[in-house]
Formats: sequence, C-alpha cells, structure tokens
Amino acid sequence: MDLYGLVGFNILVGIGTIALITVGLGVIYGMMKIINLAHGEFMMLGAYATYVATAHGINIWIAMLIIAPVFVGLVGLVVERCLIRFLYGRMIDTMLATWGLSLGLIGLMTSIFGNDPRGVSTPVGSFSIGHYAASLYGVVIIVVAVLALVGLYAMLSMTRYGLIVRATMQNPNMAAALGVAPPTIYMATFALGAGLAGLAGGVLAPISGVSPVMGAAFIAKAFITVLGGGAAIVTGTSLASGLFGFIDTFVSFKSTPVIGEVALLLAAVVMIRILPQGITGRFLRRSL
Amino acid sequence: MIFRKLKRAETSGGIWGPIAVVVAGLVLLVGAPMVTGTFGLLQLTVFAALAIFALAQGFIWGFGGILCFGQSAFLGLGGYAYAVGALNMTDTTGAVALAIIVPMLFAALLGYFMFYGRISDAYIGVITLTVAIILFDLFNSTSGDIYHIGQAPLGGFNGIPSVPPLNIPGDPDAQLDTTGLWYAAMGALILCYIMLKWILATRFGRVVVAIRENETRAQLLGYDPRLFKLLTFVIGAGISGVAGCLYTNWGAFISPTVFSLTMSAQVIIYVLVGGLGTLVGPIFGAVGIQYLINLAGGQHVIDPNLLLGIVLVAFVLLVPQGVVPVIRNGFRRLMPVKSPGPALTPSVSQEVSQ
Repeated sequence: MDLYGLVGFNILVGIGTIALITVGLGVIYGMMKIINLAHGEFMMLGAYATYVATAHGINIWIAMLIIAPVFVGLVGLVVERCLIRFLYGRMIDTMLATWGLSLGLIGLMTSIFGNDPRGVSTPVGSFSIGHYAASLYGVVIIVVAVLALVGLYAMLSMTRYGLIVRATMQNPNMAAALGVAPPTIYMATFALGAGLAGLAGGVLAPISGVSPVMGAAFIAKAFITVLGGGAAIVTGTSLASGLFGFIDTFVSFKSTPVIGEVALLLAAVVMIRILPQGITGRFLRRSL
Repeated sequence: MIFRKLKRAETSGGIWGPIAVVVAGLVLLVGAPMVTGTFGLLQLTVFAALAIFALAQGFIWGFGGILCFGQSAFLGLGGYAYAVGALNMTDTTGAVALAIIVPMLFAALLGYFMFYGRISDAYIGVITLTVAIILFDLFNSTSGDIYHIGQAPLGGFNGIPSVPPLNIPGDPDAQLDTTGLWYAAMGALILCYIMLKWILATRFGRVVVAIRENETRAQLLGYDPRLFKLLTFVIGAGISGVAGCLYTNWGAFISPTVFSLTMSAQVIIYVLVGGLGTLVGPIFGAVGIQYLINLAGGQHVIDPNLLLGIVLVAFVLLVPQGVVPVIRNGFRRLMPVKSPGPALTPSVSQEVSQ
C-alpha cells in the first residue's frame, strides 16, 4: 500500500515537472505559433541565475521564484527585440534562429562558467509515506506547476491583458484595427514564455544540477508535450502533461528513466498519427 | 520562407555544371594522395564523410521540403549498424549494407507516422529533433556487459572502440589503409552526388520538387505527397547511413555523440550556409564549416558552439538563401549567357505563409 502511495506521489511529481518545463514553451507556441528551440537554454539560464544568486547569499526561494524568471524574462525581451521580431511569419526561419541562439547560449555559458556542473542545495528535506521516504521538494514542484498554470489561466481569462492577448491570437489584424499594437503583445508574450522557462530552470536546478548543456535533458519532453497538447495553452499543457507524465514516470518506475523517455516518444509518435493537431486540436477546442 | 528566394530548381539546369563538379571531384580523388600526407588525407576523409551527410540533408530539405532537424539520428544509426556488423562478421561488406538498411528502415517507420499523420513542417522538425535526442540518451545508457549485440558491446557513453576497418568486398584480409579509406569516402561522395542528380532528373525527382513547391496542386494532379515525401526521407536516411559508416571508419570508433544536437545542428548549418536547393552548396558548406570548427578547436578564445550559433543566426537573418545561389546569381548577372532551359522565372507558387 505504501508503495502505491509512493508511486502515486512520484507520478504526480513527474506530471508537475513536465507541466513546469512545458508551460513556457506552450505560451510562446500557443500564442505566437513559434517553436522556441532555445527553450532548454532559457531554462539553463534560469538555473544559472539561481546558482549565482544563492552563491551571493540571496535566499534560495527568492532566487528561484523571483530572480530566475525575471532575469530570463528580460533576456527573452532582448532576444525578441534583436532577433525574433524580424522573423514573424517565417516559422521555419524562427526555429533555425532560435536553434542558433540555443547553440550560442551553450557556447557563451561554457566560456563563462566552464563545463563542470554546479549544484544548488535542496532547501527542504523529506517526508515519509509509510515506510518510504519521499522528497518534500516534489511537493514544491507540484505546487509551483499548479500555481503557474492556474495563474496563467486566471490572467488569460480574467484580466484585460489576457483579453487583448487572446484577441491578438485570434486575429492580429482586427486587434490592430481596434487599437492594439500586436508587436507589443508579441514582445510581452515572448518575455512571459521566457520567464516561465526561467522559473522552471530555477525550480529544477536543485534536482538536476546546473551545467551549460542541461537544457537538452528537458527539451525532448517539453517538445513532445507541447505537440501533444495542441494549441490551447493551459488545457493542452495540463492534459498532455498528465498523460505523458503518467507514462514517463510509470515506465521509468518499471524499468529505467531512459526507457521511460523512449515510451514517451513512442506514445507521442503514435498520437500524432491519430491526433495530428494535438489533444486540444480535436477535443475541447474552445478552451484556453 | 526560404524557398521564395529560389529562382529555379537545379533540376532544370544544364548538364555541364554537374559534369564539372564530378570532374573536379575525380581530380581531387586522384590528386589528394599525391599532394598531402596522412594527416591531411584523414582530414579530407572526414570532410568527405560529412559532405555526404550534408548531401542527404540538402536533398530532403532543399528538394523534398522535409524539415528534418534530427538527421544525426540516421548518421548515428548507420555508424552503429556498421560497427556492430563489422565486429560480428569477418567481411565488412555486410556491415556496410546494414549501415544503409538500418537507417532506411528506421526512417520508413518514423516517416510513416509523420507523413501519414499529415503533421506540419514545424512538427516534423520537432519530432525528428526529439528522436535524435532520445537516441542519444538511449545509447548513452547502454554501458555495462548486458548491453551487447552479438560480439559487439555497445559501451554506453564511451561508445564502441577499435571498429574493424572496411575491406575490399569478398576479401576480409584486404583492409583499407588511410589512402584506401580516402578513395572509398571521396568515391562514395561522387557516387552519391551523381545518384541524387540522377534521381532529381527522373520523373520521381520532378514530382518531389513539385510537392515542395505546392503540395496541394501536386496532390490534385494525382500524386500522393505522403508517399513521395516518405520515399525522399528514406533515401536521405540511407545516404546518411553511408556517411555514418565512413565516419565510424575514419576514427575506427563510434560513440553516442553522433546523435547529439550539435551534430544535427551542424548539418543544418552546412546546408543553410552552402545553399538550400542545390547539391554542391551542402558539400561546400560542410567543408567550409568543418574547417572553421577545426580552426576554432585549435584556439580557446571562441567556443565552437558559440561560433556555430553565430553562423546559424547570421545566415538566417542575412543570407537565408546560402552562399552558392548568391554566387551563381552574381555570375549570371555578370555574364548573361543563353541558358539552356526555360528563362529565369519566379517559382510557380508563392509559399503559403504559415
């Protein structure tokens, strides 16, 4: 019974992790139809921001929950102004440019910090499920992921900014005719997505370690989940994270994490044959 | 889209250009061992292997319009298939066949789900990229004695060392030395170039290019884009497998880094820098970029990844059509010769923006 409890908890943590690493990518893809191949490197920057801030004696919660997302959000702002805005409407070129950015960021961080991985200590201990000890940090990941998704949903459905963003998503020309400046909205959206990637990087830094190439460990799962989710940001990310997080953690528990990843990929490849537009491309189409 | 810049497909070009390329290749094939030593020849061999890899990417992307971001998956599968085959058989001819067949089968399976699912270009890019990442993780995790295929231990992160070199078909004792490997690599490059030129001149090749230009129109004319794209993808995988086999031979070694994202990015950069929609472009791109990376590896000021990133961003923003088309168009403007085919016309369709 205790084992079921532990596995259940780990599955929830797995779902939370996938939701967290996907939501930033999902915001940028869902709103702007841009696939940001530098997503993993934005996470890496968030992790480094957390590492540097804690090394300077800043409280780890402030470092990972505030400094990391704000810093990476600002980086995203600069990237959008200097690179992405020239490539709107050219999806493939955007992917190539963000891939170049990803390589460049890996190279830059290797030049500055070197190749060796750094560690950020976990701020909380563990708790017990029956006979088993489970990391309390898993709870932190779940809570942050839920807050990020709920916050995003609330912002999109309740605030004026959310309304404008949804209008711009649906019809940029009409939105522009009504006095909205789509370039500003795109800029803010890209920064928001980058900031969420930074948050994910910061929160995952204590368990994954911090190194220039850490992004590659996450992006495969994040891409699969975004494609599986489809166009609706919050619903798609939640449903796909639930499905893929379950498959990943369950298979990993039965075999190894790598086989879990392979199972995830197989599930995704079969799914794109059945649901090419993702889950929300067919079901719950009008959701956010 | 990048294709907007392509004035006309290379398929309708004259016969003299390709012949000049093949002659230049043959001259290099024969001449290189006379003018350069063992080290230089080894360098040229890996350039030739990577140029074959670039040809595969240039074919499926530039002519088939298939955006494969994980071409290194096929390079790696080819390399591993060769290594496993060579360690299990005395004659490496069978291993070479495996190096071509295994990536093709894998591509056929993956391609079926992608093309028959009718997913968009961007999705194909992301799925292929993901496949390469996961193969990298998978082969990294194969350390230990339980992971072996026949006599060949997979070796995890350390890869497979001391892979037997190619031998002359049917004679396992006649193993190729450095010069022999150079002839094999350069010969394979020339053959792949000729084969792709030939494919593009056939009816099949014309349909492939037509589908790139306008998928809907090609479909309305009765061609099944899914099947043609799948076949193009499989051909590209086979050629990548050849490149992987030669790459393994070059170092007598293969490790999971062949599946790495950097490898996939490099081949994209070769094609983009050389010129999308040409076959010579990717070859020159591969040699030029690889030369630059070697230079960067020799000094420690600029990280190679940073260099690759800057090159990729700069070309996407500034020269999206690549170097070879720019030079060729410049020449045509300087010397307006009578062109053998139809006059320079804008491409039939404007790509529908996504």
